[in-house]
Amino acid sequence: MPGVFAVASGGIHIWHMPALVTIFGDDSMLQFGGGTQGHPWGNAAGAAANRVALEASVKARNEGREIEKEARDILTEAAKHSPELAIAMETWKEIKFEFDTVDKLDVN
Amino acid sequence: MSYSHEVGDYQTAQTLETFGFLPKLTQDEVYDQIAYLIAQGLTPAIEHELPANAGHHYWTMWKLPFFGETDLNAVVSEIDACRRAYPDHHVRLIGYDNYTQSQGVCFVVHEGRS
Repeated sequence: MPGVFAVASGGIHIWHMPALVTIFGDDSMLQFGGGTQGHPWGNAAGAAANRVALEASVKARNEGREIEKEARDILTEAAKHSPELAIAMETWKEIKFEFDTVDKLDVN
Repeated sequence: MSYSHEVGDYQTAQTLETFGFLPKLTQDEVYDQIAYLIAQGLTPAIEHELPANAGHHYWTMWKLPFFGETDLNAVVSEIDACRRAYPDHHVRLIGYDNYTQSQGVCFVVHEGRS
């Protein structure tokens, strides 16, 4: 079965982009919900920021760079040409999603 | 028309798919991408279209795909030949993937006047 789309979804934002590209490669679906809608300038700017981050990551990977190690440099470089990405990087830099695994419903 | 790099009218901003949101690639950056395409074992192919029709799904092929081509300079000279023949057209480079039987890479290498 040569063709499969992996899907990354839930709690992902532009700072995850280099890792997502590394893990899933080109044939994947990246579902940025809050990562788009949560942009301070609105969802169109959020979508633009996501695209810039994705394309900068893909381009850098194709050039042979280690995009996970150089994530900050790659995104910072790309943000020079994209005010949307610059603001998105500022917005999400402090946000982490670190929850314990839920293996049973916590109802009594 | 490439993305203007200004915050503004998203309704009318036109982009050209892969790398459409990045600044225009320099010659060297395009060469890097071609080298990657060849290193991945993809088959290079060139397509072109008038900017006004660039939104169409199908673009016109420039010759046949270059099966088995592994020379970067040969691909570059075909792109240049296509640009000379159709100076007003957008030109895009495709890398066909034998294994997935689809396009592995596809991006615009030259933007025509619009």
